[in-house]
Order: sequence, then C-alpha cells, then structure tokens
Amino acid sequence: MIISIASGKGGTGKTTVSTNLTLALGDRVELLDCDVEEPNAHLFLKPEIEQTRRVETPVPKVDLEKCTFCKKCQEICRFNALAVVGKQVLVFSELCHSCGGCMLVCPEKAISEVGRELGVLNFGNRDGIRFINGLMRVGEAMSPPLIKQVRANANPDKITLIDAPPGTSCPVIAAMNDTDFVLLVTEPTPFGLHDLKLAVEAVKLLGIPAGLVVNRADLGTDDVYRYAEQENLPILLSIPFDRRIAEAYSRGKLIVEEMPEWREKFVGLFEQIETIVNRSKAQLCANS
Amino acid sequence: MRELVIISGKGGTGKTSLTAAFAALAAEGKRSILCDADVDAADLHLLMQPDVRQSTDFMGGGLAEINPDLCTGCGTCRPLCRFDAISETFEVNPIRCEGCGVCVDFCPENAIDFPTQRCGEWYISDSRFGPMVHARLGIAEENSGKLVSLIRKEVRQLAEDQNRDLIITDGPPGIGCPVIAAIGGATALVIVVEPTVSGLHDMERVIDLAAHFKVPGMIVVNKFDLNPEMTATIEEAATQHNVALVGRVPFDPVFTHSMVEGKTLFEYGEESATHKLVREVWTKIINSPSMNPLGIVDFKATIQ
Repeated sequence: MIISIASGKGGTGKTTVSTNLTLALGDRVELLDCDVEEPNAHLFLKPEIEQTRRVETPVPKVDLEKCTFCKKCQEICRFNALAVVGKQVLVFSELCHSCGGCMLVCPEKAISEVGRELGVLNFGNRDGIRFINGLMRVGEAMSPPLIKQVRANANPDKITLIDAPPGTSCPVIAAMNDTDFVLLVTEPTPFGLHDLKLAVEAVKLLGIPAGLVVNRADLGTDDVYRYAEQENLPILLSIPFDRRIAEAYSRGKLIVEEMPEWREKFVGLFEQIETIVNRSKAQLCANS
Repeated sequence: MRELVIISGKGGTGKTSLTAAFAALAAEGKRSILCDADVDAADLHLLMQPDVRQSTDFMGGGLAEINPDLCTGCGTCRPLCRFDAISETFEVNPIRCEGCGVCVDFCPENAIDFPTQRCGEWYISDSRFGPMVHARLGIAEENSGKLVSLIRKEVRQLAEDQNRDLIITDGPPGIGCPVIAAIGGATALVIVVEPTVSGLHDMERVIDLAAHFKVPGMIVVNKFDLNPEMTATIEEAATQHNVALVGRVPFDPVFTHSMVEGKTLFEYGEESATHKLVREVWTKIINSPSMNPLGIVDFKATIQ
C-alpha cells in the first residue's frame, strides 16, 4: 500500500504527520521524502544515511563534425532546448525534458546523450525503518524527474509513505499519482482551506480516495469542517495548536517521542486509512 | 523601478501575511504595485480581494491525443515515449504526457493531434492597495515557471505605464522552476524564515539559490519567539552567507485573526507591538542598500 501525504498549502504539517506516522508504525513502513526541493523529513526521523547516489537526466550533446545544421532537432524540440545558429548548435540543457526527440530525428546520428545532474538520492534507515529522500541540486528547475526516481526505489513489500511537496502542479502530481490513498493535511485558516480545495480537486482528478488531518485545529474558523462534510472527506485526526508541539517541532523532535500518548492516535489514523483503502479496493473489484 | 520578491523556501512561514502587510504600508506612497507569483496555490487575493479588470487565458504547451479512427495500432509510438504515457490500447494518459510531441512527429499515419492546452488564467486587478497582477494555474498543470515569467513581465509593463516604481511580489515556496522564474532579475529578496530545524535547512538552500542567480537577499525571522535559540542560529547562518537581517516578528494570533477577516495586519485591531515591529522591518527593507543601489532611490528620476 502506498499513502501520499499532501496539502496544497505549505507549512500545514505534512512532514509532521508523515514522520510521526512513520515512527508510530515502525519497520513495516518505509518513508519516501518526495519534497525534493526542500526535504525535511530526515531532520525529524534522523535516519542513518547509508548510501548516496547521484541522479542524472539525459540531455543532448551534438557532434559538430557530423552535424549538417539541418535544424530538424530544433524543430522537434517543444521546449526550445536546441537552437541552430550558423555553424553552431546551442544546447540549453536546463530547458531539456529528456524526451530524446532530437536524437531520434537527427538524420546524421550526430546527437548523443550526456547527463544533467538532477540531485542525489539518500538511502538510510532508522531502527529498521527504511528511508529515502531526494535532494534536488540548487539551480535545477525540474523536480518531477527526481521525484519519480525516489519513487522508483520504493519497496513493494512495505507500506510506503510519501511526503509530497506543497502546491497542486506537476511536482505534487508526480508524488501522488498511482498511490492508494492521499492523506491531506490542512489548517483551519482561510489560506489553508483555499489551498485544500485545490488539493482536493487534484485528488479527484487522479481518482484516489482521500482523508483529512486538521492541524492546529483550534486556530482559525469552522469553515474547513463544513467543507469536509460537504465533500464527504473524512477527518481522520485533529492535532490542536499546542506550544509544546510547536517547540518540539522547532527542535526537530517528534510528537510521538515527546508525548507518547500520541503514538496510539497515529496508529489509529493508519487503521482508518487501511479500512478506507480496503473498502475502495473491494468496490473496484465488485464494479469490474 | 525596483522589484522586491518575498520568498521562503519552506512553505507556510508567513510569506503572504507579511507581503500583504508590506503592501498596506507601501500603498501610503501610492507608487507601489502588487504581484502574486505563487500561481500554484495563490492566496494573496484572499486578503486583497481585488476587482478583476482583465482576465486572460494562459496557454501552455500541447498534449498528445491519438485519433482512434486514424490509428492502425502499428505500435511505433509506445516505445518512443519516455514517459510511459501511451497505453497498450493506444490511449494517451494526459497526466503522464510530458508534451514533448515525439509520438506526434513519428506517427506514420499522422494519427496523433497535439492541441495546445489552456493551463490557467491571469488577471489584472484593482485592490485597495493599488493595482495587482495575479494568476491561477490549472490543477495538475505544468508550465508554472512560464506563467510566473509572464505575470512578472505584465506587472513591470503596468508599473511603467502607471509610473509606479515599486513592485512587491509574493513568491512561491521551494527552489524549483516557479521560484527561479520569480527571482531572476529582481532587485532584492526578502526571505521569511521560521525558527525551526526545517526553517534553517530550507533557508540555506534558498540562499544558495539566490546566490546562484545573483539576487541580494534579506532575512526576516517570523514567529521568532517559538524558539529564540534557533532564531539566533538562523541569524548567525544568514550573516555568514552575507545576507542582511531586517528583523524579527513574534508569533501572534493577530495574523490568523486578520486573515479570517480578509484584512491585512494594519487594518485589524489596535496598534500593537507586532504592528510596530512589522513597520520597522518594512522601513529596514525599503532603506536597505540592496533596494537602493548606489544610494539612488529613484533611478529613473536620476537619469532624466
């Protein structure tokens, strides 16, 4: 089972929920931090990093000895990553989406591929809990290819938890697509609700069952609860605003470590998710 | 013309609440203009409640669509697609399709269309704090960087037309394409940091990004009293990176309360210590060396 943890708005508590849930469930889960632009889960889970692997994406390299400057590569590239200027071919590798079109279309076979560094993958473990994160290179613009690389390393024998990036555009979709459940984390403020609605639209588009965690549940208004009811979005856990929780977070401490009574609540959260996922799988089978 | 972009690296540190408060203070001079460059989860309009004067479709790239009447099922396209977007029954999964068009160009039957996608909308609006340019990227869309570049170009044009010399831009979180598009060529950045281990970690990455694109930055620590020790660590790290400190703002529920009312800090409640601190932060920002290159405040006036 794969559970992604997303939010729309940043800073609502995705990492808090994913790391506490991970530690509460123990070594039957693995945590993949797919917020590759600003990964934070390792600061709380504190895994021992055992291996770091550099990740690249292929970009074109033109052999000018073979090139006849026919411009076919420039024409096929929808991302303006190649430009033929006189007797030169300029490659803007940071714009390249690695589709390989230029290499396929070149009649002289003058194009080969070299790597552009996307960042690194870190593999680690904490008390037997498997942990992976992606750390995007500063200056790299595209996060989805690295997110896909993090996910390609998931272990299908484990329950996989995915800490997703904020927003609702392509990086979030790369983290949520093909997961069994999306756990949305929100705060009951106007910003939190506005961005939650966008996230719910994204989840609907992907057709994945979802549930809600309301964080800092007593700061703000009731509107989010009304919205959840309207949308049939079950509220699976509420976390109150508690200065002790905020301070523990600021120091990199987990709630389940500082306040052990929370361990049971996070296990309960998982059990509810499991029930929903099993029910929706049963429904899918019945329908087909 | 000067453009100040407010970013954070980490989401939810208070970018938009502070941007709105700065906008309220800057509006007193009637020379400012606003831009919301967080097109993916834009929130500034919830506080500005702008009247939209002009709304324009944002067209992105194309996506492949196989015409089943022309497709012979020859299978040429599937192995060429590096994004696994074409099913065994020759249907394109629009979520996976990257819009590279390789299948379109190599289909021997010309059976694949490549319609341009409407990826969102952008707006020119009036607000009580002056004009505002903002946008909404469609759900699950790509091209957020392109939309950010577009609205920054539009806000510059509008500022020029209306003779306004200060653009205040609310930026997106992260360090990826929309952020790169939001900071390139800006006069200065205000980086809003929270005093947590993740705030520190994300600030260092965003400072590296600012250095990479050669844009000067300033740091404001928000909710500093949640961990004064971490605040000191963050300020020390920022100073080591040659980033100016422009102040601290306390954790104060007044930000949430004013947000609920759709107001900025300066339109809500009695003048408090928090109001005073935010005023001081703004004064420091606007008088900072990076916002006043060579000490010249109004560049245009000097040239004329």
